[in-house]
Amino acid sequence: MSAPILAVAGLRKHFPIRKGLLLREVGQVKAVDGVSFAVQPGETLGLVGESGCGKSTLGRTLVRLYEPTAGTIRYRGEDFLALSGERLRTMRRSLQMIFQDPFASLDPRMTIARILAEPFKVHDICSPRECLERAAALLETVGLKAAHLNRYPHEFSGGQRQRISIARAIALNPDLVVADEPVSALDVSIQAQILNLMKDLQQEFTLTYIFISHDLSVIDHFCDRIAVMYLGKIIEMAPREELFGNPRHPYTQALINAIPKVGQGKRRMTQALTGEVPSPINPPSGCHFHPRCPKRFEGCDSGFPSLREERRDHFVACRLYSDAVEDEVILRSTGT
Amino acid sequence: MPESPPQEAVVKVENLQTTFHTRIGPVRAVDGVSYAIGKGETLGIVGESGCGKSVTAFSLMRLIEPPGEVTGGAVWLGQENILEASETRMRELRGSRMAIIFQEPMTAFNPVLTIGYQMDEQISRHLGVSRQESRERAIDMLSLVGIPSPRERYANYPHQLSGGMRQRAMIAMALSCDPEFLIADEPTTALDVTIQGQILELIQSLQERLSMAVQFITHDLGVISEISDRVLVMYAGRTCEVAPTEILMSAPRHPYTSALIRSIPKFGQRVSRLPAIEGSVPSLYELPSGCAFQNRCPNAGQRCRDSHPPLTEMASGHQVACFHPVDR
Repeated sequence: MSAPILAVAGLRKHFPIRKGLLLREVGQVKAVDGVSFAVQPGETLGLVGESGCGKSTLGRTLVRLYEPTAGTIRYRGEDFLALSGERLRTMRRSLQMIFQDPFASLDPRMTIARILAEPFKVHDICSPRECLERAAALLETVGLKAAHLNRYPHEFSGGQRQRISIARAIALNPDLVVADEPVSALDVSIQAQILNLMKDLQQEFTLTYIFISHDLSVIDHFCDRIAVMYLGKIIEMAPREELFGNPRHPYTQALINAIPKVGQGKRRMTQALTGEVPSPINPPSGCHFHPRCPKRFEGCDSGFPSLREERRDHFVACRLYSDAVEDEVILRSTGT
Repeated sequence: MPESPPQEAVVKVENLQTTFHTRIGPVRAVDGVSYAIGKGETLGIVGESGCGKSVTAFSLMRLIEPPGEVTGGAVWLGQENILEASETRMRELRGSRMAIIFQEPMTAFNPVLTIGYQMDEQISRHLGVSRQESRERAIDMLSLVGIPSPRERYANYPHQLSGGMRQRAMIAMALSCDPEFLIADEPTTALDVTIQGQILELIQSLQERLSMAVQFITHDLGVISEISDRVLVMYAGRTCEVAPTEILMSAPRHPYTSALIRSIPKFGQRVSRLPAIEGSVPSLYELPSGCAFQNRCPNAGQRCRDSHPPLTEMASGHQVACFHPVDR
C-alpha cells in the first residue's frame, strides 16, 4: 500500500456549552471524540451514521473549517494542523469541500462567473480574463454550458446548483474532496446524475473522496471503504464488500437491516432498533451503543471498546470480539 | 361530476384537478388523478418534487388555499363527495374520519400549547367525551405509539420532544379518533434510518389494528416498496402508472417508472455507473403538449408530442399512461 494521502489520529472536536450570565462552560458536546483513520490516494472513504453522530463535524474538521480540540491530521505526511499563513492557504487548494444544500452554499448575489472565478482570485492564480475562461471550462466539465456564466444561482435547479458547487470545489485541482451529503437534497432522478459526475471527475482528476452520507444505499454504491460512526466515534471500518457482507458490530447490522430495500416486497420492520441516539453531551458510559444494543452483556457499560483489527482491514469496536477498552486515563488527558 | 358513489372503497378519488392561479397563468399541479383505496389497504404515491403528490393529499383534506383551488373531480369518503362538503362538515371529518400526518411534525403542532391540550381538543370535539375521558384516551394513544412515560409527555410542549418522538406524537394525535382514512405525507423523510424503521413498523401495526385505508406519499422507492400494497407513480401532475407493488418494482411498463427504478442505487446490487435519467422534470409553467416525460424518454415518438397518453389497463390492476410502454 502506498503512503496515505490523509492520516488522522485521535481527532477530537468538542464544542463548549455555555450558560448563564458569565457564559460559564457547563459541559461539552463531544461531536468527534477520538477518531483515527487513513485514506489512500484515489480511494473513496464513506462516513456513515445517523444525525448527531459527528460525521459532518468530522468532515469540517478535516479541512480545518473547525479547529480540532485534540489529535493530529497529516496531509501527505505533513502536519496539517501546524500550518499557518501562506503555507496553510496553499495547502487549502488541495483540500476542498462540497456541501449538502446547494441553495445555501452559493451566494445568491453573485453570478456563476464570479462564484467560479473566486477561487482563482483568492489564490491569485491568473488574470481576470483567464479566470473567466477557466470558469467557462469548469462549467462544461460539470455538464453545464458556458452561456450560464452570467446567471444567478436562483435561475438553476437543485441538481444544476450542485454541479456548480462541484465545479467550484474542483477549480483549483484539489487532491482530496470532502463531500458532505452531496446528493441528499436532490431528487432521486438527479442523484444518479450527480453521483455519476462525481465518479467521472474522480477518474479524470484522480481525486480522493471522503463521502459523508446517512444513506447506506448511496454509500454502498459510491464508496470503496466505509467507516460507521456512532456518537462521535468510529465503531466499525472495513472495505465495502466486507462491511456489508460481514457486518460485525450490532449497530452496523441494525443499520443494514433498517435500509428499505427496493423490490423485496412488503415487509414488517420487526427488527428495528429500539430507542434513539442518545445526546452527545452525556453519552452513555462504556460502549455508547449499549443501551440500544440487542447483544449487550455485562461489562458493556464500562470502558469504551477500542477499535481493533478483527480481520484483515476490518476494524470493529465491540466487546463481542475483544475485551480491549480505550484507556480512560489517556482519553481524559488528551481530551480536554 | 359523477352521479353515483362507489362501492367498497373507503376513499375514491375521481379525476381530481387542482389549479394554482399564478401571475403567469393557471398551473395545473394535479391534472386528472383517479384512484381508490380499500379497507386495510396501503396505496403508495411516489414521485419527485413538484409532481403533485403532496398537492393531491392537501386537496383530499381540503387544505388547498388561494391562489390554489380544486377545480374538478370528486373525492368520495364513503357515500359522501367531500369536495362538495361545507367547511363546517369538513371540520367534523378532519381528525375523526380522515387524518393526515406530515413530514415535519412541528408544522402540525401549535408550539405554544402542550401536546396533551392539542390532543384533548381534538378528542373531546369529535367524540364528545368528558375532559377526564379525553385525557385518558390521549395518554393511551401516546403509549400505543410507543412513547415512554406518556403521562409526562402529555404535559410537554412539542419542542421538548425529539424528532422521532414528535413524529410518534403526531401519529397518536392523527389516530386518536380511529379514522378510516389516513394520509401519510413523507412521514419518515426527516428521520434517521433506524427511527424510520420504527415509525414504519408503527404505521403498519396501527393500520392492521384499525384496518385503515392508508395513502402513503414518499419519494423513496425503498420505503414505498416495503410499505405499500399498490403503488401509483406521478409525474408532472398526472398518473403514469398504477400497479401492485411487486409488479411495479419488478416489471414496470412506463418508461419513467422503469428509468426511475434503474437510476437509484440499490443496496447489494453494485453497478459501476448508475443509469441516470438525463435532463430534469419540466416546469409546470412550460409543460409541453402531449406527454410530460417526452423530453427525457427514450421511446418518445411523434404521437407522444401530439397528445396525452390515456391511462390504459395493461393487465388486471396494472394501468399505464404511455403510447410506447416498456416491454416486459
